[in-house]
Amino acid sequence: MSDALLDRLPYARFLNLQTRVSGDELTVVMPFEDRLIGNPMLPALHGGSTAALLEMTAMAQVALAFPGARLPRPINVTVAYLRTGRPADVFARARINRAGRRVAHVEAQAWQEARDQPIASLTAHFLLDDRD
Amino acid sequence: MAGAFLTDILPQLASGAAHTHALGFAFEGLHDDASPRIRVPHRPDLVGDPDTGVLAGGLVTTLLDHVGGLAVWVAMDAFRPIATLDLRVDYMRAAEPGRDLLAQARCFRLTPTIAFVRGWAFEDDPSNPVAASQAAYVVNQNRTMRTEAAA
Repeated sequence: MSDALLDRLPYARFLNLQTRVSGDELTVVMPFEDRLIGNPMLPALHGGSTAALLEMTAMAQVALAFPGARLPRPINVTVAYLRTGRPADVFARARINRAGRRVAHVEAQAWQEARDQPIASLTAHFLLDDRD
Repeated sequence: MAGAFLTDILPQLASGAAHTHALGFAFEGLHDDASPRIRVPHRPDLVGDPDTGVLAGGLVTTLLDHVGGLAVWVAMDAFRPIATLDLRVDYMRAAEPGRDLLAQARCFRLTPTIAFVRGWAFEDDPSNPVAASQAAYVVNQNRTMRTEAAA
């Protein structure tokens, strides 16, 4: 069950990521905590915590669509930071653009108050568990 | 080359914010006068896949983002506002289970508005990286921060 996947990954638990399943789509929430702050002057979330949320969301979405014995492994990720992450909850969703036999291409977005105003966007490739 | 003021505050910039403190980041010196290095400890709560015991990819991304920011401040020889514009990370091999990770970065081009940075994450040797990054940071050369708190 992919809705439990992030619940059993230690770093996802460190970030307290909460998974919601709507049909075949996941929404992952990173509830605000002080320890996510990277810039105390603004204050703003550390970009790395938002990037990790996006990467975990993308991986969980791939694992949901293509269950395998092993987790999908990231080959590379690109994160664009679009807006300052405010001290508030962050939401993320991922979409699989294409999945071949070995590689999946995924896009994910993170937002806070409004989904059409994303704070960060991720593009990633994942290596899939062999599925012959 | 970084002056004494920046060198003195680099350890604080490496680990002084709430998130970097929670992750246990530690400053590991400035190499070749240009490449700051930081360490993240191997801890059970920072593991990505419990079946392998390897540190999470998202943690490596955070490490490379952060050390890249330090490299920009070193290149400016000043602590001024910067923001990561984008960051690409290639995961080149699995990290060794149970080992701390190091990361270092170098700003190889600094313009008045943008800094271009490359970074590496590794256990022992930067030439055998776990992951490599390329990032761009927006910089503001004309504003100086008023406090010594970490970014």
